[in-house]
Amino acid sequence: MSADQNQLAFDWSCRILSDEGCGFPAPGLHSFLFQPMFTIGGYEIHKVMLLALLTSGLVVAFFWAAFGNPKVVPGKLQMVGEAGYDFVRRGIVYETLGKREGEKYVPLMVSLFFFIWIMNIWSVIPLAQFPVSSIIAYPIVLAIIVYVLWMSLTFKRHGFVGGFKNITGYDKSLGPVLPLVVVIEFFSNVIVRPFTHAVRLFANMFAGHLMLVMFTVASWYLLNSYMIPAAGVSFVMTMAMIAFELFVQAVQAYVFVLLACSYVQGALAEHH
Amino acid sequence: MIANLVQLAAEEEQNPLVPPGPELLVGTIAFAIVFFFLWKKLLPNINKVLDERREAIEGGIEKAEAAQTEAQDVLEQYKAQLAEARHEAARLRQEAQEQGAALIAEMRAEGQRQREEIIAAGHAQIEADRKQAAASLRQDVGKLATDLAGKLVGESLEDHARQSRTIDRFLDELEEKAEAAR
Repeated sequence: MSADQNQLAFDWSCRILSDEGCGFPAPGLHSFLFQPMFTIGGYEIHKVMLLALLTSGLVVAFFWAAFGNPKVVPGKLQMVGEAGYDFVRRGIVYETLGKREGEKYVPLMVSLFFFIWIMNIWSVIPLAQFPVSSIIAYPIVLAIIVYVLWMSLTFKRHGFVGGFKNITGYDKSLGPVLPLVVVIEFFSNVIVRPFTHAVRLFANMFAGHLMLVMFTVASWYLLNSYMIPAAGVSFVMTMAMIAFELFVQAVQAYVFVLLACSYVQGALAEHH
Repeated sequence: MIANLVQLAAEEEQNPLVPPGPELLVGTIAFAIVFFFLWKKLLPNINKVLDERREAIEGGIEKAEAAQTEAQDVLEQYKAQLAEARHEAARLRQEAQEQGAALIAEMRAEGQRQREEIIAAGHAQIEADRKQAAASLRQDVGKLATDLAGKLVGESLEDHARQSRTIDRFLDELEEKAEAAR
């Protein structure tokens, strides 16, 4: 078996209506597993890890090229970089946190946005064709960073009791339902929130990749005899899904950063 | 083939929500790289330039405003000077006119005076000439009359006539007659 077949984990030789009696090689969880390409110091390195590191390299390289030696009168690349930077800074951070409070968190949010976006975009780049963020480990790392940030900010800003009240939405006027609200809010904010934050990104990319793989594989699988028009439909769907995925990738990066900002905003706000 | 089967067996237990350990590490490193460069170097870089640009724009606006204010001041100053100059010119013209008029009047008076002087001098001259002529004429007429009378009488009456004043009386009578006739 060649490396490509291992990566995509389906049988290229099988076609519909062929005599070999093989079925549709549907994508599944195995589509998210990769054979190690090589090992470094006992650690197995595979495609997704390389893509993750390539993402860092790409983001840093782009911003280095754009902002490494910035001019007051910008060049083309600097202009593009400034547009992206301004989009996150003004469009997300200043919108949710305000200029005064938000300025400190701009570098983190800009890094998050572009890191996630490029990780997602690998999904439709030929040869890569895998969204790094569909491996839960990457969203989890980022969600943990945001979680630690807003939790520590909560207690730093409001003290221990005040921070706890802030997290649980403590409000005396609620009367008898107060304990219930406190329990629900605590559960929702402290336990569920980081989980949903990570899983939202992961699941979107995971599902998107499954869809892409399914239509791509189907286009090939159906390419036989009178089923060829069906293969055409599948191919058109592949193209449509690629366009749709490009949109989802940007939206998910945006949503992740927007949520991160809103968590920080909640941590800094007076308890409601 | 066997490896493939092992892999398939492993997939049975695969849970996409359980993160593989090494990936967590790689993810952390990958993000740390991005964050480090953007936070420490690249975003401060661009912020500095953005600030400079904003200052340049604001500085430009301030400069333009200053220049405009100055231009306005200069314009007002210029207008004031112009008005003053006009006023001055009008004053000078007025003064010149007055001076001119005074000069003309003076000249006229002088001319008048000179004319009168000349006329008076002329009159006096004429009077003097006339008197001289009259005196001379009287003398001549007396002499002629005496000469004539002497010739008529045949003797020299000169001395006698001078003493007797006959001729004078005669001439006075003539003048009186002439006066009366005029």
